[in-house]
Amino acid sequence: MHGYLWFVGKRALQLLAVVFFGVSATFFVTHLSPISPVDSALMRMTSRANFAPEAIVAMREALTELYGANEPLLSQYINFWLRLFRGDLGPSMLAFPTPAMDLVMRAMPWTVALLALATLITFTIGNILGGLAGYYQNSKFLKAFGIVAVGIQPIPYYVVAFVMLIIFGFLWPVLPISGGFAMNVTQGWNWPFIGSVLHHATLPALSLVLVGFGGWFLSMRALVSNVVTEDYVTYAELAGVKRSTIVSGYVMRNALVPQLTALAMTLGGVFSGTVITEQVFNYPGLGSLLIDAVNAGDYSLVLAVSTVSVTAVAIAIFIVDLLYPLLDPRVRAE
Amino acid sequence: MLAIFRDLIRYNIEFAIGVILVGVVVIFALLSLVSPVDTSLIYVTMPDQPPSAQYWFGTNSRGQDLFWQLSAAFRNSIMFGITVAVLSRIISITVGLASGYVGGWVDRVLMFINDIFVAVPIFPVLVLFYFVLRNNMDSFTLALIMACFGWPYDARLIRSVALGLKHREFTRHAIFAGMSTRKVLLEEHLPYVMPIVFSTFMANMLWSIGLEVTLAVLGFTNINNPTVGTVLYWANNHSAMVVGVWWWIVIPVILIVMTFLGLFLLAVSMNEYIDPRSRLRRMGA
Repeated sequence: MHGYLWFVGKRALQLLAVVFFGVSATFFVTHLSPISPVDSALMRMTSRANFAPEAIVAMREALTELYGANEPLLSQYINFWLRLFRGDLGPSMLAFPTPAMDLVMRAMPWTVALLALATLITFTIGNILGGLAGYYQNSKFLKAFGIVAVGIQPIPYYVVAFVMLIIFGFLWPVLPISGGFAMNVTQGWNWPFIGSVLHHATLPALSLVLVGFGGWFLSMRALVSNVVTEDYVTYAELAGVKRSTIVSGYVMRNALVPQLTALAMTLGGVFSGTVITEQVFNYPGLGSLLIDAVNAGDYSLVLAVSTVSVTAVAIAIFIVDLLYPLLDPRVRAE
Repeated sequence: MLAIFRDLIRYNIEFAIGVILVGVVVIFALLSLVSPVDTSLIYVTMPDQPPSAQYWFGTNSRGQDLFWQLSAAFRNSIMFGITVAVLSRIISITVGLASGYVGGWVDRVLMFINDIFVAVPIFPVLVLFYFVLRNNMDSFTLALIMACFGWPYDARLIRSVALGLKHREFTRHAIFAGMSTRKVLLEEHLPYVMPIVFSTFMANMLWSIGLEVTLAVLGFTNINNPTVGTVLYWANNHSAMVVGVWWWIVIPVILIVMTFLGLFLLAVSMNEYIDPRSRLRRMGA
């Protein structure tokens, strides 16, 4: 037990370090920027209506107070952390005066669900097929998968998403290509809504699965074809252990250990990919929110999205790392 | 090095295809050095001309000859990829070798930092920098930021290779025979590390060019600088696919797929070459 606890402790420390550095970097990059949040907010407000000069001055004071922009950087930084613990990052400018955190929390389930689903499917299918392809090296069927994987793997996310949009949007319109759910259903826990959500999520998820599958397939195939040459596999084959047991219990299981590490390492990249996916398919998640926020110069919303995404990715990596000892006996408790 | 290259071309069809694909794209990109047109100008030719003998790749809605536009775009993107790859290689080789050879607390500290960098999602970070720098974001700044995030994965890989080499029989023999550490590293270990460096170099170029495409398509880079991503950005901006200027999207996409497939095949075949077991299988041993 001691070894496992030590492992978890080290990982937890790392998680805290990542969140601390990531969030701090976000804060300093935005606060050292030439864009003043107060000015950009004022510009947006005054562009919509005519205000009296006194009103503008009053508003500037109110906004400066709101953002704490009149204090020195260090106390702003400390306040930022204190407010963050209360889950408050100031009002958003896109949807004034809705708190930025509320917008983030509204968008978050969409992204998390889409990514979790797509990553799970990709990882499972890619590793199972890749593992089989590594073990049964003469199978024509699995070789065909390998060629497809090599072909799709290197194409940039955007191009794949765009091609799928053209195929399912224009050439063979069977799937919705935009939005998170149909407009004519009431939101909530009812079947029409859930069905509509799944229907709308199919295409974005499919594009993520297509792009991600190849990487897992190829790396697993390479890992397994190396494990197959190990002595213990030869021994098991000679001893007459069932083929299926060898594949699942001996070969796949040992090859999965490095794959799990790779999964933890790619999660950050997966999030980057989803920003594009959401943009192309107009999906109401964190990615779309981030892009809208940047285009609108919405200071607190950009800060909120970055902070939350850094934290969320770090936590996801932490969770994947905790699974590690289940597969690797060297880390497991005695 | 040349012998390795010859072997790869001869025994490894993937490597040969990769060399051909990348070679074609590189030659196409180099043509921009003798380009007769200034790619920064718009409305210099008839807009929306389909591919013909005069305009090989047609012209776009901004009145630019796509052939020269794409040639310049690919040159910029490839240069960008090389810049990021070189910069991040410097970091990852230094960290990887120091971690592997020195070991101890140096290794622990470096790997701790390494894991922090791995966990930060780079895309929001890049968007954040664009948000802050806006139009002062030139491609070198972008390359620098990407290089700062593009090293951890490879550093880990190089570290594991260094660890393996450190405990190998022949290293011990060399040291007992009185070779200096520097000599062991340069003459005995470098040939083992080179293929890994080469393969991660290709993979890193793929990653950075792909990321640039992603950013540019969203309009989060300097959109007046012709790169692969900005060509697509403008094509989207003018709804090329919808109004029927298909060559503005299709030709760049074909070229992108060629580039990426080529680089990817080079990286993968090199990786395979590193592993002697699969190499023997290939040579029919």
